[in-house]
Amino acid sequence: MTLTVIETLEAKRQGARAGGGEKRVAAQHAKGKLTARERLELLLDAGSFEEWDMFVEHRCADFGMAEQKVPGDGVVTGHGTINGRLVFVFSQDFTVFGGSLSEAHAEKICKIMDQAMKVGAPVIGLNDSGGARIQEGVASLGGYAEVFQRNVLASGVVPQLSLIMGPCAGGAVYSPAMTDFIFMVKDSSYMFVTGPDVVKTVTHEVVTAEELGGAVTHTAKSGVADLAFNNDVEALLHTRRFFDFLPLSNREPAPVRVTADPVDRPEPSLGTLVPANPNKPYDMKELILKVVDEGDFFELQPDYAKNIIIGFGRLNGSTVGFVANQPLVLAGCLDIDSSVKAARFVRFCDAFNIPLCTLVDVPGFLPGTSQEYNGIIKHGAKLLFAYGEATVPKVTLITRKAYGGAYDVMASKHLRGDVNYAWPSAEIAVMGPKGAVEIIFRADIGDPAKIDARTEEYRQKFANPFVAASRGYIDDIIKPQNTRRRLIKAFSMLKNKKLENPWKKHDNLPL
Amino acid sequence: MFSKILIANRGEIACRVIKTARRMGIKTVAVYSEADAGALHVQMADEAVAIGPAPSAQSYLVADRIIQACLETGAEAVHPGYGFLSEKAAFCEALKAAGIAFIGPDVHAIGAMGDKIESKKLAKAAGVSTVPGYLGVIKDDEEAVRIAHDIGYPVMIKASAGGGGKGMRVAWDDAQTREGFRSASNEARSSFADDRVFIEKYVTEPRHIEIQVMADAFGNCVYLGERECSIQRRHQKVIEEAPSPFLDEATRKAMGEQAVALAQAVQYRSAGTVEFIVDKDRNFYFLEMNTRLQVEHPVTEMITGLDLVELMIRVAAGEKLPLTQADVKLTGWALEARVYAEEPTRNFLPSIGRVTRYRPPSEGPGAQEGSIVRVDTGIHEGGEISMFYDPMIAKLITYGPDRATAITAMGDALDRFQIRGVGHNISFLAALVESRRFGEGRLTTNFIAEEFPDGFHGRELPAEGLTRLLAMAASIHRSRVERDATISGQMAGHHRVVPATWVVRCGRDNHPAEIVAVEDGHDVTLDGRTYAVRNSDWHPGQSLWAGRVDGHALAVQVDGTGIGYRLFHGGAELEVQVLTARAAEFAALMPIKAKPDMSKFLLSPMPGLLVTVAVAVGDEVKAGQELAVVEAMKMENILRAESDGKVKKIAAQKGTSLAVDQIIIEFE
Repeated sequence: MTLTVIETLEAKRQGARAGGGEKRVAAQHAKGKLTARERLELLLDAGSFEEWDMFVEHRCADFGMAEQKVPGDGVVTGHGTINGRLVFVFSQDFTVFGGSLSEAHAEKICKIMDQAMKVGAPVIGLNDSGGARIQEGVASLGGYAEVFQRNVLASGVVPQLSLIMGPCAGGAVYSPAMTDFIFMVKDSSYMFVTGPDVVKTVTHEVVTAEELGGAVTHTAKSGVADLAFNNDVEALLHTRRFFDFLPLSNREPAPVRVTADPVDRPEPSLGTLVPANPNKPYDMKELILKVVDEGDFFELQPDYAKNIIIGFGRLNGSTVGFVANQPLVLAGCLDIDSSVKAARFVRFCDAFNIPLCTLVDVPGFLPGTSQEYNGIIKHGAKLLFAYGEATVPKVTLITRKAYGGAYDVMASKHLRGDVNYAWPSAEIAVMGPKGAVEIIFRADIGDPAKIDARTEEYRQKFANPFVAASRGYIDDIIKPQNTRRRLIKAFSMLKNKKLENPWKKHDNLPL
Repeated sequence: MFSKILIANRGEIACRVIKTARRMGIKTVAVYSEADAGALHVQMADEAVAIGPAPSAQSYLVADRIIQACLETGAEAVHPGYGFLSEKAAFCEALKAAGIAFIGPDVHAIGAMGDKIESKKLAKAAGVSTVPGYLGVIKDDEEAVRIAHDIGYPVMIKASAGGGGKGMRVAWDDAQTREGFRSASNEARSSFADDRVFIEKYVTEPRHIEIQVMADAFGNCVYLGERECSIQRRHQKVIEEAPSPFLDEATRKAMGEQAVALAQAVQYRSAGTVEFIVDKDRNFYFLEMNTRLQVEHPVTEMITGLDLVELMIRVAAGEKLPLTQADVKLTGWALEARVYAEEPTRNFLPSIGRVTRYRPPSEGPGAQEGSIVRVDTGIHEGGEISMFYDPMIAKLITYGPDRATAITAMGDALDRFQIRGVGHNISFLAALVESRRFGEGRLTTNFIAEEFPDGFHGRELPAEGLTRLLAMAASIHRSRVERDATISGQMAGHHRVVPATWVVRCGRDNHPAEIVAVEDGHDVTLDGRTYAVRNSDWHPGQSLWAGRVDGHALAVQVDGTGIGYRLFHGGAELEVQVLTARAAEFAALMPIKAKPDMSKFLLSPMPGLLVTVAVAVGDEVKAGQELAVVEAMKMENILRAESDGKVKKIAAQKGTSLAVDQIIIEFE
């Protein structure tokens, strides 16, 4: 009797592990894709994966489905560790029913999400699914909605990360869409609400799946995805690296990883980073790379709204979220895309107790009809709102320009910035000297000599950090070469910061 | 002695002169253009004077501004360095008129040696060996053969009006001379409308060897041995050494004495260099005399123990040479490699921009017994390589008791030389000095053209060197993973256990590795052999790994790629990942992605400004047609269609600052 159960167990396990069978596994490999289980092997520490619901099968009897059952039903779920830290995972198996989502498949996902929220551990979903299990009809749709609901509830409770490693189309896209980060694999993954065929029928546009919703499209054009990787292996290895920056939940601080990188490492070359000519761009990423531990910066959305940089680094071992204007692109100004990109990142950091470091060189908001018609007022407000509501430690460094409303937005003192530093090259003003003079001394516009003199006067007065510092908007003016030491000291001082916003059901962010 | 001197130059040579002046207790004045306000030479000098806008023609070449700067600062003498005003007789005269000393030769010598024909005549008159030839008009092929016999084969028949290789023939016998005479004359007639030709000795396997002379105002002159500068690329010296691996004592003496004779014939004073071309039988012929300090003077300093700049200053101040020829002793061997901001893998296009990392190897005694490393540098980390000046960043000089040691020290120093932000030729230099032919000293001025006929694409490491590098990669990865496994927040009782078994993946090759931690490093068993990798100092994030693998000293530059490493060593650049066995198995399944087909695109070959786009969407273009103009390094580069096609899209607009490989035009 016992023997039979064990034999059955082994048989079932083998059935589950075999997935869709040798042929389909070979087909998956031929497409340059790994199987659901192989992906988990790579993502998790060796031997750490504990699988749940290996024996779950679908309950559909229509269209001959009763005869087609595979233990696990097209998704592998469970938990494991990444560098010893707990994570819940689901990995859709394209070799079983094309990874399609049945009611049972959805229940498995919901189960690990529920548990992840209870114990406070992140969820990583590996998506590779043809879509709804059409044979099940509305039961499958219901399954999606159950997952969506949990994505919503888990948002801000545990970090949620989606890897798109195959198709993800139709309603299915909305689960990843509501997670915190989306990574894609180039050439083998795509996401869209309606596919090329429907697009052609309805709008007569001819477009390939890759062009419509490939990794490049979503990381460079739509901004839906954060990163695109060359293949499954790279995507999963980078995900492991990324995971090390994240706290397990909103109840935990960000993890600490020891480093031998000296806290007081001077970087004399930062003294020449900001060019003498205020109109000459420079690469803000160099500053980030030179202050973070070991030069290790995990940038997100590097190909989208490049006028702002977001990503994670560590300062003396602790994770810090960096937001920085990038003078190399559009002079580092704020526009719709960059505001939305940064706002969502700031909110993630705030939700998960990750301190924020903001590096400012912003000449203002991007002017133009396209910006105004598309709602820069509302979208720009998102970043302002995000910074204003954030209660995590906020350290801001103004390297050069901090003009106008954009100065206020970029984690200024007035938005409860904890420590606001400036380099000697900082210019904190309502606008650039030339623009200001042309307004104040409008009458002199015809006289270039006078305008030049006034511009110089304005520059002397405002194109420096002293006016702001005299009002206490800047706490200190620091030497560029000491930036790392000063930032680390500021965050160390803020380690036990406590700040709470007034009670509310939730805020009403301008969406 | 002077109490204050001005250095009318920039970059490494200005810094180098300042160093000696400071040591001698002389105050220094730097001059600088707008582009150089933050430059190293400005920081090093006691005083600095701005002399104009970035272009040299408006700053470093303006004699009046320099003289004015002397008067303003009270500098008593000017050291001109090399280039710029160093060989301008007019500048010399203007200084004299202003009562300022010139740290260099007299106007007369500069003038005499500045003229190619004049200097050859002077050399001949002074008994200096010149290239045998007949400068008169040759009337027919029989006369050509007669002259060729007088000179001795092989000979070169050249069009008098020639240039650019046109109308040039090499002849090895009478028949070739007749044929060469006729064809060269014809080609000269059609190309230059002038059929006059002349004949001179053709130097096969030529080497460039030059003699350093030093003279005072009292008629004393010594030669300080030779330098071999055969390693050149397009007449630009790349590697120099002293002594030459080719000369024997008799030739050295003969060349030195002729060089001194020439210097004395023009009453030479200060440091000067007499350049010779030397053939495979050690026949040497005068080329020209450079009346200034040469770029490559440090190799002479290393083997003579002299400071040439100091001698120049003393002589200019009216002192006598402190040594005679008998005091000149050549000891050991020195090499110099010129570090340029350029892209060797992109046909050596110049590279400009901000130097985000600049860590030259440390100066002083090197890792090899008796070796010395010297770096003459003109920039600092965070400095800017400007389009306005010479792209030479630094000179790396190594010294050893013998040539082999100097070469090993050079290889090691290059491995440690870190430059990021701009392209550089460190790998190319390493490939040169590590090549077997260089080691054997079989040099000619065609060395680079012969050894790198298809350009430079990185050096392939010998198998043993490669394996050591992979073992080192395994070791650093293990250190990193061990550290990563100490992260906070791990599940109690389920801490990450780091395995001992790994696979080092380089390109598509998997090398199974056992990595065992030992004191001071790791024992790495790779492909069945165990390597002792030892380094106690390295920690994750460090960009230079220096340690020993199986007792061999190894320096490797390490750039992290997030999940792997980019390693630079010995002229090679490797992408390495250290993976678990399973990950390596999966990595092997990943498809090789073909590079995107860019034949339908016009890409910018260099960073620069898009000046014009000559076509519009829908235009049919023919191969060779002008498509766009990109301005870089003050040069307008016309980009032409490689094949016929139709313009689909203009991807970059006029006035755009282009990055390398940025798409300008897309074709259908």
